[in-house]
Amino acid sequence: MKTLLIAEYRDGKLLENYAELLGFSQSLDADTVMFLVGSPTDLPKFPGKLYLADAGKYGEYNPACHKRFIEKVVAAENPDIIVLSHSSYGWDLAPRLSCALQIPQISEVVDVIDGLPVVPLCNAKMRRTVKPLHNRYVITLQAGAYTVELDSNAAPEVTVIDDELTENIIFQGYEEAQKGGVDLSKAEIIVSAGRGVGKPENVKIIADLAARLGGEYGASRPVVDAEWVEHNRQVGTTGQTVSPKLYVACGISGAIQHLAGMKKSEFVVAINTDRDAPISEIADILVIADLKQFIPALMEKL
Amino acid sequence: MKILVCIKQVPDMESKFKIDGTWYDTRDLAWRMNEYDEYGVEQAVCLKEQVAGSDLTVLSIGPARVKESMKKALAMGCDRGIHIEDDKVAERDPYSIAAIIAEYARNQEFDIIFCGMQSQDRASAQVGILTAELLGITAVSTIISFNYDHPTITVKRELEGGVKAVISTTAPALFTCQLGLNTPRYPTLPNIMKAKKKEMLSVPVSDVLKVEAAQQTEKIFFPEKKGGGLILEGDPADIAGQLVRILKEKTTVLSR
Repeated sequence: MKTLLIAEYRDGKLLENYAELLGFSQSLDADTVMFLVGSPTDLPKFPGKLYLADAGKYGEYNPACHKRFIEKVVAAENPDIIVLSHSSYGWDLAPRLSCALQIPQISEVVDVIDGLPVVPLCNAKMRRTVKPLHNRYVITLQAGAYTVELDSNAAPEVTVIDDELTENIIFQGYEEAQKGGVDLSKAEIIVSAGRGVGKPENVKIIADLAARLGGEYGASRPVVDAEWVEHNRQVGTTGQTVSPKLYVACGISGAIQHLAGMKKSEFVVAINTDRDAPISEIADILVIADLKQFIPALMEKL
Repeated sequence: MKILVCIKQVPDMESKFKIDGTWYDTRDLAWRMNEYDEYGVEQAVCLKEQVAGSDLTVLSIGPARVKESMKKALAMGCDRGIHIEDDKVAERDPYSIAAIIAEYARNQEFDIIFCGMQSQDRASAQVGILTAELLGITAVSTIISFNYDHPTITVKRELEGGVKAVISTTAPALFTCQLGLNTPRYPTLPNIMKAKKKEMLSVPVSDVLKVEAAQQTEKIFFPEKKGGGLILEGDPADIAGQLVRILKEKTTVLSR
């Protein structure tokens, strides 16, 4: 078994999620090679063969160019599985590899059972094992599903690769996240509103509960997208990562992107009407109740 | 400008799911348009309104019930519906779905195609990009902003941590839409009535499915409950009291 891991680099920095790719490869006890469009001065702590294309020359993510590089590496190395993170980079690039190499892609792998990848279905309410109908396949890994301790002394054996640059998109630049506002990462208590709050007026009872507990209020993505709560209070992959002593999730089903932002909370209370919601998997206490009845009752007891 | 938007009908994710063979039981579920696709329909309609003389087609694959979701897209402003009739849509892998769409779209010279970034049930995030690759056109995924200023299309891709990449390109191109791209409109009653008169063409899936599946589901199951979590249920005042007691005991934040 041989894996080709596709590491990520953005805006002058190697991203740390390559450790997750290594964790997956190690779990299969596979021979491992890595590919990166990155910098020779910021290399992964990986004691193996690294194919490196210089980001100084090839710039930021360019799908057509990265795809062609990986096709070359695949031809040279004959890997069984090509592994990416299920990230904005990985889920964009993986289908292009799948199409170019005419191999299956299995998205958001969380586990391997009897040699077959396992992926979530319906917002992680169910799981399924998937059989690729080809010897070689590409997968993306769910963030956090695998990891490994990196050896700080490890260094790769670098093979520099080059290609002609082609572009059908023009990268104009990055726009940073909104700065300022609330820093939820320092809050000891966070009460968050999810879609289950139902309507914008109900955000107030969430904010009131947060204030009564002496904490801050946050929100999940759908509530921010609906503009019921400002973006700088969003908890999750595309918002803030938080680790309070108490996290109260109100009407939040627990999409993986939200869980990734709050699973380091010390104690989690979920208030929800759906007992099968994925948030129940990580909640210390699951309160099955209507928020509009329960929160006022809770405020009375505090 | 010729525009195509692809939509999928999915079950309400709050449903109580049951397993049936290698898929979830599709009976007794409430169905709706995939949420990501609603943003695609809205963006397609906005673009059609912006560019005079545009023509906007909505496409969906599935059994007869998917026409309900297509009617919503027509009421939002699409001009015609293409229904690919397929009773086995649930078991089709992303590659087969993309190949069906590409087969239909090939030679039709769509300038812009919109898809949802992923579906709420499978969430593979593959179909849009695969479709573009099969058609040999540009694909930009996970957009949260779209601007067309002839001939340049400028979009923002959502990356991690709230960072966005600003990308520009030209037609023909396909975009996959992330939540929050716009504010999908609610169809008005007059538009719902008008939608009933719009053209809805049916195409048997056998006419457009020319490939073999690349993968198959072997088994579907519910994840094991990790347990540990305590469930409180019953009278709100009673369980509120219980919760406060537990929080005082188990956390340091309430005992001050």
